[in-house]
Amino acid sequence: MSINQPNAPFVGTIEKSPKISLIGTLAMLVEAPGDFDLVQQGRIWALADAVSTWPNVQEAVIGVTNVMLVFEQPPADIDMLGASIVELWHRVPSRKADGKLIEIPVVYGGELGFDLSAVASRAGLSERDVIRIHSEGVYTVCAVASSPGFGYLHGLDPRIYMPRKSVPSLNMRAGSVTIGGMQTGVAVLTSPNGWNAIGWASVAMFDPEREQPSLMLPGDRVRFRIDRVEL
Amino acid sequence: MIEILNSPAFNTIQDLGRRGVRRFGVSTSGAMDPVALAVGNALLGNDDNAAGIEIQTFPFRLRFQTDTTFALTGADHDSTLAGSTVRPWWCTQAKAADVLAITAPRRGARVYATFGGGIDVPRVLGSRSTHLRGGFGGLEGRTLEAGDVVPIGRSPHRGDGRFDFGVAPPDVAIMGAAPADDRVLRIRVMRAGEYDLFSEAMQAAFWSTTWKISARSDRGGYRLTGGKLTLDAPVEMRSHGVVAGVVQVPPGGEPIIQMSDANTAGGYPKIAAVIEADLWRLGQAAPGSFIAFSEVSYQDAVAAMAPVDDYLAKLRATADLYRAL
Repeated sequence: MSINQPNAPFVGTIEKSPKISLIGTLAMLVEAPGDFDLVQQGRIWALADAVSTWPNVQEAVIGVTNVMLVFEQPPADIDMLGASIVELWHRVPSRKADGKLIEIPVVYGGELGFDLSAVASRAGLSERDVIRIHSEGVYTVCAVASSPGFGYLHGLDPRIYMPRKSVPSLNMRAGSVTIGGMQTGVAVLTSPNGWNAIGWASVAMFDPEREQPSLMLPGDRVRFRIDRVEL
Repeated sequence: MIEILNSPAFNTIQDLGRRGVRRFGVSTSGAMDPVALAVGNALLGNDDNAAGIEIQTFPFRLRFQTDTTFALTGADHDSTLAGSTVRPWWCTQAKAADVLAITAPRRGARVYATFGGGIDVPRVLGSRSTHLRGGFGGLEGRTLEAGDVVPIGRSPHRGDGRFDFGVAPPDVAIMGAAPADDRVLRIRVMRAGEYDLFSEAMQAAFWSTTWKISARSDRGGYRLTGGKLTLDAPVEMRSHGVVAGVVQVPPGGEPIIQMSDANTAGGYPKIAAVIEADLWRLGQAAPGSFIAFSEVSYQDAVAAMAPVDDYLAKLRATADLYRAL
């Protein structure tokens, strides 16, 4: 019997290793193999937790199924360090989304949710359906990046995916609840923004005066609650 | 205290930057030419990380409200104190009411004004650097304006301590990569994660092109023009952390070098990264000027920092010795 036959016994698979690359002498990017999923993301969180305690690691910066290590000094033996990370990757258990649950009241639609109708028409749904679908989801904070305290939220219902705009809205207000591709998030700064605004929340997402300045952290879960609907 | 009399735009308080908070989405900020800032601080006996003013638009003028030692480092410029010429890369004493006036540099982009005792604004997330997008750090999280009064800390040295001594600027004292010619700054880089995705022809173009730093360049990043680097098949990258010096290639093909105020995350293919030993030189490259890239290995990139570290260590030792005389 050949293992190429479909009824061959399961003999295990050789799991791929992460891709490791340098960004100069003080940063190393570790990218999980394969497609995006929350199990791989959980392994990234666990890897980041572990390597953050290693000497010479200033911080571990979590991305979407990847983590960048920033060093205090250029590592003496870069190949050995890479090998240690690969070895750790294969044995570290995936961390669950075991962070805190954040509830965010949202004013859906209205002046600040100016893209709600476009999202609804692309989805072929009513605006109320978009609001219901968005507010029924439970989202996972994959990473905090791009601007201070901005969480990349996973778990959007595919029915309301909406591509980013090719021309960003010029002055999107901080607190705007947005959809960008298959992700949702809450804008932290008032600035140009290519995501689609469907509502607004008055939650303080970031406070630089606090030692832990970001409300959202990787592994937290987020629920959006309907505070008010303005159609 | 010092009072700002004239500051056209985008002049900010900076130290060596905000470390360890990228994981909260907070970019490092910090001086674009950290060597110039460190030299100024060393001349004055400050911590390397003391905050100064990064001046990138001119004319810039300020008035001292008390007797203060100060230094001007960075871009090659002219300045006067109470009407008399001030030597750059020099520890100078100002008297209360003296006006310091700095004009546009002949060469380079940024002048650093440092003061004995350093600028004493509150540390936010471990740093005094201005984070303009976030609106925190520095002076109320914003650029300096005429009328601003900026607090100076207590100098670690006696007021009657020695001043009036200086140092050779780092671009003279430290050997870099040999300049291609006078008009082109040669910048050493290491290959980055997606280098191999580019065809040999595109890789060759990256190395051989004389790139112009476009007018749409600032503390966030430098946009380069002069060629287009395209991929045979577009790659989709997931959002990941980046650091200053990374050279990214967006779909349009014109590279972007991320600098001090860059976002913490990026998603374009990375062809290269500027080595730490040349990042400060790049921080002095003005829009409209030209650069070219040379490749170095990891080991050579690490070794290239030794002359920079030696220069700063010697200068600090000499300044301390002189001050103790």
